[in-house]
Amino acid sequence: MSKVMTKTKRVPLTGAEAVAEAMRQIKPDVVAAYPITPQTPIVEIFSKFAADGIVDTEVVTPESEHSAISIVTAASASGVRAMSASASQGLALMVEVLPATSGLRLPVVMAIANRALSAPINIHCDHSDMMAVRDLGWIEIFSENAQEAYENMFLAVKLSEHPDVLLPSMVGLDGFIISHGVEVVEIFDDEVMHNFVGDRKPHLSLFDFENPITVGPLQLTDYYFETKRQEQEAMKKALKVYLEVGKELTKITGKDYPYFEKYYLDDAEVAIVVMSSTAGTAKDAVDELRKEGKKVGLLKPKLYRPFPYDEIREALKNLKAIGVLDRAYSFGANAPLYTDIRNALYELDKRIPIQSYIFGLGGRDIFKHQIKDVFNELLLGKITKEEKCIGLRE
Amino acid sequence: MNKVNKVKTGAGWKELPIGGTLPAASALDYKTGAWRSFVPKFDPNQCTHCMICVHYCPVMAIPTKIDENGVKGWKDKIYKGVIRLETNLDYCTGCGVCAEECPTGAIKMERETWEVKL
Repeated sequence: MSKVMTKTKRVPLTGAEAVAEAMRQIKPDVVAAYPITPQTPIVEIFSKFAADGIVDTEVVTPESEHSAISIVTAASASGVRAMSASASQGLALMVEVLPATSGLRLPVVMAIANRALSAPINIHCDHSDMMAVRDLGWIEIFSENAQEAYENMFLAVKLSEHPDVLLPSMVGLDGFIISHGVEVVEIFDDEVMHNFVGDRKPHLSLFDFENPITVGPLQLTDYYFETKRQEQEAMKKALKVYLEVGKELTKITGKDYPYFEKYYLDDAEVAIVVMSSTAGTAKDAVDELRKEGKKVGLLKPKLYRPFPYDEIREALKNLKAIGVLDRAYSFGANAPLYTDIRNALYELDKRIPIQSYIFGLGGRDIFKHQIKDVFNELLLGKITKEEKCIGLRE
Repeated sequence: MNKVNKVKTGAGWKELPIGGTLPAASALDYKTGAWRSFVPKFDPNQCTHCMICVHYCPVMAIPTKIDENGVKGWKDKIYKGVIRLETNLDYCTGCGVCAEECPTGAIKMERETWEVKL
């Protein structure tokens, strides 16, 4: 960590307040969103900034999330910076438009307060919402805490708007656990943070009347495939650009922005892979087990799409056993994060035992002692082909 | 800002403008008239040049011009100003919206008989 001179203030904020602060500093031209628990406070607070004249943003309050995403997608095509926020069923209602935003290569950024999908109806945290849309061409970044959510918003805007990328991004923060939990957040200087993202410099604009364009024309058997191949290339470039914009942000915050965080991983014998707030709990479990002399570690993915296969393989290659904790099912298949991690390890010469765990669905609490149990199972080599559940009543 | 260039037919994925974006009015190169199984027959003597058909036409296939001398139309009156011209059959898909909306019955749909010239 390098020493930085950026002016900051440390304030107690919820994750939602921290994301709204980020949006205030980013200064989007258009924000359209529909209220949905636990996202609501993000746009509620941001709307207040707009109403009070603190930001010069056109805030649109449409009749549904389908309209909200349509509005920000169209606004982005006009060349301005457009943002939204949602969760769970709200994100599900946006699904028709999400691949249009990415397919048209429009750098919209959304915060997602991760929440379980219905049914049964549930308002609490899991990752089934963002996992359900992971193949739609949006960059996905997951945040462990309010501080990360705040900083990830800037990363996402700069990454999305980069001329080599031009893809939309979602920044996930665990619903209620992070969105509504208060913690001390370091808010960096307004001007410095706005200058980091700058104003959007669109590659094309529907409002460029000197050079009129057609956005979203029909492409059938003749061109569609080529356009989708470009999108895959943009995702590959996003991997590289993510690290570049991260290094620029480091100059302001003094923190590193890797694809994933390693916690006592380099000399670990066994490790857990888990994203978002649960990684915080897992760090406490690692601390306690390390005091007992057990060589345990943690890998916390931050950038989930595009997925950094090579780097993750490199980070996990010396382990004796791995447990992957997913906060979502992929019904009828292996869990999403487990699938990706297992896929990343395929090129290794040796086969590392790897166990899939499902936890925390619908906001079910996960405790430190449960994560310690997972580590102890891994140390004992208790690896099965079956998915195990943490905290489930039999 | 960048300019989008016209796509070379059969261009590869590295050459194509990103996101499928094209210059404006690219549909002009695509003769949608080939889809037609009905054809509108326009009788200028029944037309009031109200412009309803012009605005309803989904493919903008009904051209207009400004004519201050006027043309003869419905009830033998002279209609001046913006004048509806013959439907452009290169683009008319034969949907029949113009005939359906025409207040004076100046447009009738007939079965298309193709002499294919593409």
